Amino acid sequence: MFEWWQRLVDRFVYANLGLDPHSAAGSALDFFLFDTVKILILLTVIIYLVTFLRSFFPTEKVRDWLEGKHPLVGHVAAALFGIITPFCSCSAIPLFLGFLQARIPLGVTFSYLVSAPLNNEIAIAMLFSLFGWKITALYIGLGLIVAIVSGWIVGRLDLEEEVLIKPPATPPPEIDLPKIPLRERLKEAWGYTYDLLKKVGLYVLLGVGVGAFIHGYVPSELIVRYAGGDAWYAVPLATLLGVPMYSNAAGVMPLIQVLTEKGMLLGTALSFMMAITALSLPEAMILKKILSTKLIAIFFGTVTAGIIAVGYLFNAVLSQT
Amino acid sequence: MKIEILGTGCAKCKALEKNVLQALAQSGKFAQVEKVEDLNKIMAYGVMSTPGLVIDSKVVSVGKLLSPDEIVSLMGS
Repeated sequence: MFEWWQRLVDRFVYANLGLDPHSAAGSALDFFLFDTVKILILLTVIIYLVTFLRSFFPTEKVRDWLEGKHPLVGHVAAALFGIITPFCSCSAIPLFLGFLQARIPLGVTFSYLVSAPLNNEIAIAMLFSLFGWKITALYIGLGLIVAIVSGWIVGRLDLEEEVLIKPPATPPPEIDLPKIPLRERLKEAWGYTYDLLKKVGLYVLLGVGVGAFIHGYVPSELIVRYAGGDAWYAVPLATLLGVPMYSNAAGVMPLIQVLTEKGMLLGTALSFMMAITALSLPEAMILKKILSTKLIAIFFGTVTAGIIAVGYLFNAVLSQT
Repeated sequence: MKIEILGTGCAKCKALEKNVLQALAQSGKFAQVEKVEDLNKIMAYGVMSTPGLVIDSKVVSVGKLLSPDEIVSLMGS
């Protein structure tokens, strides 16, 4: 899809600037120019599409739909809705209480709370531009399984008592929002895309910049030795490292891509990426206002275990083939 | 007319409040403006994605930072 751009960049770096394709500086610069433009174009297109689609699925509608569904259907549907609906940790509390108010089981609510940040539009767009559709599909598919299973486990543990604030006893009233014309939706999606690009653009440049440096200057043997992943602790370590990087999926993902290119195992990389998006400390701090520490610990513990399992499983399958 | 801004204090909620005031100034309409931060009241409207905008007890927008112009046209209808 971007061969034309690769040819242009190659000509500019190697012919016009006269850098040697086998030199560290040449390959780093070529990598940087090619990747930043490709990522920014794909990021714009994907975020725009996701934002446009999501204007048809406000969280309030999702709740109405999930209301009164069988728990099994609920877990799967909640996880799927998590892909398309927006999520920001600042609205985690009203969302949580709103779901419980509609008598949606605690476990189903958690399935949604795992899936929504995991499948956020930036992560999906970055994955697609860096790794292609196969890895993106794997990430989404395995992420859905983690969301469904961890929500199901939390639901089975009867932890309703650990919710500190009781949702209102009356069911939520149906909201009848004014119809938004298509032209408005298209315009709104663009406004949102533009804001988001402004926010993450710098991180993309930084991430690809450091990635380009590693690509050109750091020998593969070094990466393989430290992040190679034959070591048993690689997956849990990557998961733990991912937790503090929450807001920076855009900056960290280019690094992960270079690391896999240089020998980091894909399962380890997947665990790393899932930990970045799904396990967020700010979200935990916010949820502490309405959930007991015990419930938050169980919730995070289950998701962490799921993410680590995905990494091991994937590395094992990969080493078989 | 009574305009309520539902929000628990996120940046977008504050920005929406500012835009509501600007919309009122632009249109020259009179309205009572209230910022609702009480979760129970927000829940009672059935709103989960903040900021929400309520005009005369009717939810007209959720999860969006509306521009002053958009708010003016919502007030008119």
